[in-house]
Amino acid sequence: MTAALSADIVPRLARGVRLQEDRVRGGWNLLAPERVLKANPVAVEVLKLCDGQRRFGDIVDDLTARFSVDRARVEADSAALLNDLAAKRMVEL
Amino acid sequence: MNAPAPLALLAELTHRCPLACPYCSNPLDLDRREDELDTQTWLRVFDEAARMGVLHLHLSGGEPAARRDLADLVRGAAGSGLYTNLITSGIGLTEARLEELASAGLDHVQLSLQDVVAEEADRIAGYAGAHGKKIQFAAAVRATGLPLTVNTVIHRSNISRIGQLVEMAMELGARRVEIAHAQYYGWGLKNRAALMPDRADALAAGRDIEILRAETSGRLVIDYVPPDYFAATPKPCTNGWGRQSLNVTPRGRVLPCHAAESIPGLDFWNVRDRSLSEIWEESPAFNAFRGTDWMAEPCQSCEHRERDFGGCRCQALALTGDARNTDPVCRYSPLHHLVSAASAAPHDESLVPRR
Repeated sequence: MTAALSADIVPRLARGVRLQEDRVRGGWNLLAPERVLKANPVAVEVLKLCDGQRRFGDIVDDLTARFSVDRARVEADSAALLNDLAAKRMVEL
Repeated sequence: MNAPAPLALLAELTHRCPLACPYCSNPLDLDRREDELDTQTWLRVFDEAARMGVLHLHLSGGEPAARRDLADLVRGAAGSGLYTNLITSGIGLTEARLEELASAGLDHVQLSLQDVVAEEADRIAGYAGAHGKKIQFAAAVRATGLPLTVNTVIHRSNISRIGQLVEMAMELGARRVEIAHAQYYGWGLKNRAALMPDRADALAAGRDIEILRAETSGRLVIDYVPPDYFAATPKPCTNGWGRQSLNVTPRGRVLPCHAAESIPGLDFWNVRDRSLSEIWEESPAFNAFRGTDWMAEPCQSCEHRERDFGGCRCQALALTGDARNTDPVCRYSPLHHLVSAASAAPHDESLVPRR
């Protein structure tokens, strides 16, 4: 079970964590100390918006509009992803 | 043999170090300063590594800060797109120099602590006042905002203080801590009789780590390297020989792991003579134990062969005299008794410092 996230929090990648395109293997990686996480296409879109400026609610709005998907689903999936990465100290909420 | 794209490069920029830890991963025969690669060669190697698919660059040593061109190396590596990790003793890096490294694009700092008790830490490091300097250095890292990992090698005389180590790492602002049992190659092997913990303590350490992980969940990442000699299954050393990672020594030899030079008969190529990708793909040393074809029994027909890759070649050599043997840590090894015997050998207090 992951907790819902408030629309007002501003998620950001922690210092020393970055999303980087993999020019050799394709796709995107989330790089952190001693960790490489292959980011799936949905995660890539969420994380690209975690710029330390946008609120979580804005991120969900943006993704919902761009991909014409169910808002509640986008919100739940994004919250699950960000909570998981926060537990790994890769994202700050 | 098809070589997969490597993920990580460990650059041993120098073997010079102010510390003299008795479990140092450097070889017994240290490279001299005058033989070290120059700045341009390192930058070429970093760029080649990034093009091959390497993601993480570990700038290590010895003490990497002994290199005057460290900031230039960081800047070049960051420019090539590598994630740069500085593995340091924290000695000899001023706040100003740390700031310079952060501006150059350094991503992460990993600081070694030898113990939580200053006198003990200094005794192991062979450097009076080292521990105090390290505590100051951690504060300086925190001031730059760079993420910090604290790493500690565990052995007989500090194994009872793992909980305190984790606590200290958190107080120092670390986001991650690495607790690694001593590895018995080179200096560690020389000092094995002094470093080896009792079996009960080694097993208790693993249980303590689980409790500490639960207690610090979400605040601290704890990575644990279990004690080989008390394991039932061998570690998948470097996740397979020539499969994910490579080391470049101060004078430019390219190795599949820290201790690979201890294996007789392997031909290591040098980045002064060839490109990194040619060495990775073609050099006899990298192909010697790549894949599973080289394996003998019991590995060859074992269902775990693609999971643990037969364990560690250097450990097989150190304990059985032949790098081709199954790592004797494995319970299926016909020579497994050698590990039990070594782990139960009489304790000896004397340490040979790394010099």
